[in-house]
Amino acid sequence: MRLFRHELRYELRLYSRSRELAFFTFLLPLILFLMLGFAYGDDELNGVKGSDYLLIGTLGYGVVATAFAGLTIVIVLRREDGILKRLRSTPLPAPTYLTALLTTTMIAFLIQAVVIVAVGMSAFGASFPSHLFSFVLSLILGAAAFAALGVGLTGLVKRAEGASAVVNAIYFPMLFLSGSFFERDTFPEFLQVVADALPLTYFFDLVFGVVYGGDQIWDRPQDVAALAIWGLVGAFVAVRKFHWTPTEG
Amino acid sequence: MSTAVTVSDLRKAYGEVEAVRGVSFEIAAGEIFGLLGPNGAGKTTTVEILEGYRERDAGSVTVLGADPARADQRWREQIGVVLQSSAMYPTLTVAESLALFGGYYEHPRSVDEVVQLIGLEQKRDSIVRKLSGGQRRRLDLGLALVGDPDLLFLDEPTTGFDPQARRRAWESISSLRALGKTILLTTHYLDEAERLCDRVAVLREGRIAAMGRPGELTGALPPTEIRYRQDGREVVLRTEEPTRMLNELTQKALADGRELEALEVRRPSLEEVYLSLTEEEKE
Repeated sequence: MRLFRHELRYELRLYSRSRELAFFTFLLPLILFLMLGFAYGDDELNGVKGSDYLLIGTLGYGVVATAFAGLTIVIVLRREDGILKRLRSTPLPAPTYLTALLTTTMIAFLIQAVVIVAVGMSAFGASFPSHLFSFVLSLILGAAAFAALGVGLTGLVKRAEGASAVVNAIYFPMLFLSGSFFERDTFPEFLQVVADALPLTYFFDLVFGVVYGGDQIWDRPQDVAALAIWGLVGAFVAVRKFHWTPTEG
Repeated sequence: MSTAVTVSDLRKAYGEVEAVRGVSFEIAAGEIFGLLGPNGAGKTTTVEILEGYRERDAGSVTVLGADPARADQRWREQIGVVLQSSAMYPTLTVAESLALFGGYYEHPRSVDEVVQLIGLEQKRDSIVRKLSGGQRRRLDLGLALVGDPDLLFLDEPTTGFDPQARRRAWESISSLRALGKTILLTTHYLDEAERLCDRVAVLREGRIAAMGRPGELTGALPPTEIRYRQDGREVVLRTEEPTRMLNELTQKALADGRELEALEVRRPSLEEVYLSLTEEEKE
């Protein structure tokens, strides 16, 4: 426990000092939220005010940016730099290290969610999310699933330079296909089929249902199950493919 | 004296390539032991098996009383590792980096003590990104020392250094001898091995080609050489009795009223021993 607190303290410090993470995972979703919000925040989307719809979309953007993209890139960089290898020679147990890293990611995302909601309320007059308990639980479930996918993905990325390319190639299409910024109904049918397979689609539907549909998290078992399955897939790949030393050759 | 490291008939292959083909040696506690050899001789593979990073194919290895392949956290308390590339967090300061890694150990050295040991007092609060290559390498050593280990692994600690930085690093490493640390270092620099090591093993194609004190290695090899020029041609004589041969040569030259041009008497350096041991055999 002492080691966990020690590592967590330094992980938070490292996180707060990373300009790249601050911009890509924290600021960019907010900038997009404000831009799109001013562009069509007053239209009606999916039966709610456009800016309310975008608020949920931005939370989806935040969860993939922070828990998936940011975490994947940080781990691949540390691995290819040899930092993970160095850590393996110290008495810090591997589970303690990974737990601290995941906790840092979770804390960063929850702070981000608070900021997104605060911006939504102050800039677009969004109301405070109802069913707070289900809301927070949904955010945590989503972050856990995407973090598991991110850790799994690190095992498949071979080089540090490849990390952002692979991550971006996955997460930008997912962001748009999942309907975070536009209604999915307007997509052609084959894209809707793709969207139905994406974890972000279920995260969006879950949070949307909890915030505007009057649902509790347990009223949406299909979304919860889809996220859990994706999370387990990520965890399965992570257990098999995660490595501490730089990829050789 | 107790033994810190015992390696016996160690073998490791990567697919078809046999990187280590039956290596045996012992390192006594408090000794500085060098693994010397060209790239690809098996130095890093050997060291990484001792550090617990790689599994061996055959042979037995005992490091501080344990098998590194099955070592626990307690074992890791007692070792310090400097890898070939310096991996550290670029946004932490020198002092923060040392505090972070020191926090992983039960009984770390104090940050300021380590900062002084590695001579980075001026850079204590600079972030790692702003350090020079040599300064990073010294911090590397500091990170390996902060847990106050009994045994240190240094994998090519001065590769890529300018001469001044190397001398500084050598001073740091020599000062560890006074702390009673056991050190295993790999290098492909002979002067480094000669300067730092109590004993050296020369690795060649996965086998130990020679082992002993740097002085013994040079003593075991080709006899003293005497060179001079005569009639524009170089004459090279090798002898076990340089005193007598030199005396005969000079007497004869004096009697003939000749000068022995470009006269040179030399013992083989460790470099020549090394080259003769590690050179590919020619057809």
